[in-house]
Amino acid sequence: MTILGMTGDEAVAHAAKQSKVDIVAAYPITPQTIIVERFSKYVADGEVHTGYVCVESEHSALSACVGASLTGARVFTATSSQGLALMHEMMYIASGLRCPIVMGVANRALSAPINIHGDHSDMMGSRDSGWIQIYVENPQEAYDWTIQAFRIAEDKDVQLPVSVNLDGFIITHSMEGVDVLDDLAVSQFLSIREPIFKLDPKNPLTFGALCFTDYYFEFKRQQTEAMRNVQTVLDKVCREYKDVSGRGYGAFEAYGMEDAEAAVVCIGSTAGTARDVAWKLRTRGKKVGVLKPWLYRPFPAEEVNAALKHVKAVAVFDKAGSLGAPYGALCTDVVSSLHTLEQRPKIFNVIYGLGGRDIQPSDIELVLNKALDIAETGLVKEETMFLGVRE
Amino acid sequence: MVTLKELTTDELFASGHRLCAGCGEGTINRMTMKALRGPTVIVAATGCSEVATTIYPYTSWRLPWAHVAFENAAAVASGVVEAYKAMARRGVENGHVDVIAMAGDGGTYDIGIQALSGALERGHDFLYICIDNEAYMNTGIQRSGSTPHGADTTTSPAGSVIPGKPEWKKDLIGICAAHGIEYAATASPAYWNDYITKVRKGLEVNGPAVIDVLSPCPLGWRHDSARSIEMVRLAVETRYFPIYEFERGKYRLNLSISKLKPVEEFLKVQGRFGHLFKPTYRKDVIDEIQQNVDANWNRILKLCAN
Repeated sequence: MTILGMTGDEAVAHAAKQSKVDIVAAYPITPQTIIVERFSKYVADGEVHTGYVCVESEHSALSACVGASLTGARVFTATSSQGLALMHEMMYIASGLRCPIVMGVANRALSAPINIHGDHSDMMGSRDSGWIQIYVENPQEAYDWTIQAFRIAEDKDVQLPVSVNLDGFIITHSMEGVDVLDDLAVSQFLSIREPIFKLDPKNPLTFGALCFTDYYFEFKRQQTEAMRNVQTVLDKVCREYKDVSGRGYGAFEAYGMEDAEAAVVCIGSTAGTARDVAWKLRTRGKKVGVLKPWLYRPFPAEEVNAALKHVKAVAVFDKAGSLGAPYGALCTDVVSSLHTLEQRPKIFNVIYGLGGRDIQPSDIELVLNKALDIAETGLVKEETMFLGVRE
Repeated sequence: MVTLKELTTDELFASGHRLCAGCGEGTINRMTMKALRGPTVIVAATGCSEVATTIYPYTSWRLPWAHVAFENAAAVASGVVEAYKAMARRGVENGHVDVIAMAGDGGTYDIGIQALSGALERGHDFLYICIDNEAYMNTGIQRSGSTPHGADTTTSPAGSVIPGKPEWKKDLIGICAAHGIEYAATASPAYWNDYITKVRKGLEVNGPAVIDVLSPCPLGWRHDSARSIEMVRLAVETRYFPIYEFERGKYRLNLSISKLKPVEEFLKVQGRFGHLFKPTYRKDVIDEIQQNVDANWNRILKLCAN
């Protein structure tokens, strides 16, 4: 093992290189650009066997990825924001055709107004597209999850695309020490992709046939089942990855949750700040915790319930609005998961960080104190609060 | 050029598909399969041929075939071509696989032109065949960038003020040739040998090649379905659809027409131009189309002379 100074983007590119991808088809977009720049340099220097298809749009990027994936190749791409929005049509096709593509998504706000900074509105808009979604907290996690993502995507019980989401700029452009595995260790963990079906002249098959009322529903039902298989596969992959790397992952990470009376649920880089604040409050005897789902799709509902059922008040942080919906997307999922419990925590939604608006430890402390109040009184005065906005 | 006897009797495009009677696409697909030189993958855009030949759980294709979406056949083909090459670099022995992308004029002239342009510029080794029936026939005969001037479609209807589509057909071959590719050609299934020869040429080129093949549509052109091949022969005999190729920078006319016919002969047998003949004979519009045909022919002659 070696520790290298890398930004999140560089960590993702390095992981894709060690994963020996056959095809990268991508289009640059801020703040993902460094991923494709780094990868094209690996190609230019002959460090990889990868075919790099430098396409003319993100729509074509994912289209080329789907074509490549159907041949049986291991495929990687990366995008962000408007680029992801342009891929939207192809995202449903990639998952419907069961293409185990891995995509790094540098999460960034969507226009309008145009803004290049980080929030989750891009990927949250694609949450029903049939992609597995992982959200990471820092460059180390970006590296580790990119490698694990190929194993999960290509598993015979899954065969679905995976997005590894990293907060624009906060993770993509922050340099940290990243503990990287040896090339050999990655190769041993991640063997060559073995496709179940592929475009093969020796065994001709038709992909992307027209399915009417008589078959479409069955295809979608099978896709639902594949999503249900994800968590078992993910747990197995994470166990094996821990043996190789010493770093353990899963559907989520919990801090202080065993005795928490008030908790924060958040994804991505905010979790680090939240944990730090929670630690400070716990040293003062406050019973607070942080639950950080790594896995957002499929949503680990049972595990989230188990972690939250004894908590009195929960603040769910959403870094994207879901305009017109009762809550942001993550909060909606937490609420709908918890509805199966007879005793439920009080919940409120915190919309924050839109367009890259900074979030400070003091902001999170304010929210946790509010949650502690609710834990004591049982009264939720404000179901949705907009944190850090001028009103 | 091949003789009929030399053509393979293998039928990689199976009968039993659901294309309309008289549709040119079934004939073109079958001819395309007769021109193959080895292991081949077909990438299809959404369109008539796609929806009528692969209704699950049936398929007409006895070779690997994939449909992804409407506007991206060239992009998907890019991925397929490069993936086989990349896998070969890590030791997978597939041998050479030819890749053919097939799309209609909607998927080529209009919504797919960006993906096509990108793929041509990048130079992937594949053949792109546009099956050009001059409108969005699959969705019910809406105008495309390939629909000819004056044609009545459901989105360029012949009205009391506007006599059909006001715009003219795009120059697809000119656009493709401007990318500096080695091979681009037009074809008509009325001249099977010319078409099959061109498909083979397109496959043999080391890089991208494009063929725009005119496909008769009894439903959209509104002609007798028994006379489909006659329609696309008339298109050539009237110089409405000149048959030529662009090869390594040189243009060449491929068919010599012994007896030139006025474009009116082509127009008057199709319902899509019926409003130019009844209730009023629109000599002005027909003359305008004839002038355009002549100008286009002279333009191509000039290109061929260089």
